[in-house]
Amino acid sequence: MKEVATFSISHTGIIDADGKATGELPAFARDAAELIRLYRTMVLTRSFDARAIALQRTGRLGTYGSSLGQEAAAVGVGAAMRPDDVLLPSFRETGAQLLRGVSLRELFLYWGGDERGSDFQAAREDFPICVPVGSQAPHAAGVALAFKLRQQPRVAVCVFGDGATSKGDVAEAANIAGAWNLPVVFVVVNNGWAISVPRDAQSAAGTLAQKAIAAGMPGVQVDGNDVVAVRVVVGEAIERARRGEGPGWIEALTYRLADHTTADDASRYRDPAEVTAAWKADPIARLRTWLVASGAWGRQQEQDLLQACTAEVDAAAAAYLETPPQAPETVFDYLYATLPAALAEQRARFLAEAPRHG
Amino acid sequence: MAEQTMVGALNMALARAMTDDHDVVLFGEDVGKDGGVFRVTDGLLDRFGPDRVLDTPLSEAAIAGVAVGAAAQGLRAVAEIQFSGFAYPAIDQMVNHAARLRNRTRGRLSCPMVLRMPYGGGIRAPEHHSESPEAMFAHIPGLRVVIPSSPRRAYGLMLAAIRDPDPVVFLEPKRRYRAVREDVPDDGVALPLDRCFIERDGGDVTLVAWGAMLAECHTAAEALAGKGVQAEIIDVATLKPFDADTVCASVEKTGRCVVVQEATLTGGFASEVAATLAERTLAALRAPIERVAGWDTVMPLPRLEALYMPGVARIVAACDRAMSYA
Repeated sequence: MKEVATFSISHTGIIDADGKATGELPAFARDAAELIRLYRTMVLTRSFDARAIALQRTGRLGTYGSSLGQEAAAVGVGAAMRPDDVLLPSFRETGAQLLRGVSLRELFLYWGGDERGSDFQAAREDFPICVPVGSQAPHAAGVALAFKLRQQPRVAVCVFGDGATSKGDVAEAANIAGAWNLPVVFVVVNNGWAISVPRDAQSAAGTLAQKAIAAGMPGVQVDGNDVVAVRVVVGEAIERARRGEGPGWIEALTYRLADHTTADDASRYRDPAEVTAAWKADPIARLRTWLVASGAWGRQQEQDLLQACTAEVDAAAAAYLETPPQAPETVFDYLYATLPAALAEQRARFLAEAPRHG
Repeated sequence: MAEQTMVGALNMALARAMTDDHDVVLFGEDVGKDGGVFRVTDGLLDRFGPDRVLDTPLSEAAIAGVAVGAAAQGLRAVAEIQFSGFAYPAIDQMVNHAARLRNRTRGRLSCPMVLRMPYGGGIRAPEHHSESPEAMFAHIPGLRVVIPSSPRRAYGLMLAAIRDPDPVVFLEPKRRYRAVREDVPDDGVALPLDRCFIERDGGDVTLVAWGAMLAECHTAAEALAGKGVQAEIIDVATLKPFDADTVCASVEKTGRCVVVQEATLTGGFASEVAATLAERTLAALRAPIERVAGWDTVMPLPRLEALYMPGVARIVAACDRAMSYA
């Protein structure tokens, strides 16, 4: 017998749960202003989360999936991308979307049940939030195919959760990305839970990073609660893909501190002690500790930031709530580039009957 | 001009579209060197190169999903599923994404793709190679569903499908792939994607069909003509959107209608045609609308396949019953 293949999976962490550097700081992290930008986006994400849940609980927003605890994974991804890359998110990537230019109002509109929430005024080529788990992974390969065929130095970045790695869509997308050497990076945000199914029940694989190996691409693991490390590791994969050296795959380890969505009650299946323990690895607290220790941050800045984030979320929530619903005809008008004649009659009947539904 | 089979006409349309528009790319299983298992893409790899004709891994969900992503970037993705029986893993991509991308982004992103696939029975193919899934696709808002019945129509409809800015499921009746040859001018002229075609005029009964069933209807119409019954034949061609006006106008004239489909009866597209006629032409009907369809059973393997396929005898019998009403 001879060994025909071996693999190993690296794990990268730079700022640990106590806010101390355990690895070499990348250049960008020596720029306090840049770290503060990332910190600010994480705090804004959390403010948005809190407001979204409050609006849902008072009947003014639909079912909402919180990003609580996963802010660093999303912000790290968004910060690693160039503006003309394309993001294909799942539904807890608020932090990445904010960095891409998606507005808080658009996010409120989306979760509030309005298609205009996916008509991003910036990030025009980014994909909308993807609800069917993992089904956006093949799209990322397709976007990357277009980049490759047109010889554009751009990268598609696809984010999904630990549960998605069990899906055929993800396996097929990874495989074709490897086979065609596509400029795409897959980021698995492993938050430990797929609704009620814990990571260990999801897969017998020792890491979710190693799922990349079978597709012929490197797979690495990163501390997903360390925004600096996420940005570094995802950034390396993105730049590698941009150079034409093929796809990448990163498993970002984090924890879903919230229920799956506002329609979920995690206490039915999850030990609260586990959640309490996970709070010790909170991505926001650790970066704050780091910033404070480095002298770049203090009580006043923190207070100002919280106020500013609250004000920004207030304004966006107000703008969302003041946005009137779309006109009834929009139910039909975006289905095709040109509405087929066969549907025009149905549209007319719909409009005649719509007012009765108020 | 050379006479073409449907395979040749489709190949010609693909080549024409690729020549006219550099954004057109083809991919699927064995579409490159092998030219597709039915040879529809034969020679296109040599003509257009490996950047535009790509062999995929054996991966139907990825084929459709990659088409969605590529199309969202503005490529005209023409993706082949080798047989419609293997399309089911791709259906999630078509239903949840291809059909909805324009609508859910309010037109910001769109999906100009064609998902091609051979479908239907009658060629003594193995298990899972002979079904007719068109109604499943026709049920989905946001898709177009197109089925050619002849080489010339295949050429014009394929060009239209590729040029259309929205996703098209293009079902190719493989039984007709090499059944006939006809002159197909390579003139780059597309056919409309929202119209039925009247193939034969007649005043007594309207035969409505698509795909391979058109040939059966023509043979049946000849037999009926021998009995003094003039059948009008309509090729639906584009099931979605369905050109009900043309069918209804014909039935207003004839008062009788037989809808012929190879697919199983229940929930088939023939039912949609019949329901539309019942809603819109009831006063003109002189006989019950009949559906001649595959039986509600699993498609038999080749030794009993012929028993399943709707054929001339069943169509003529249905017309005879319709004519028996005064």
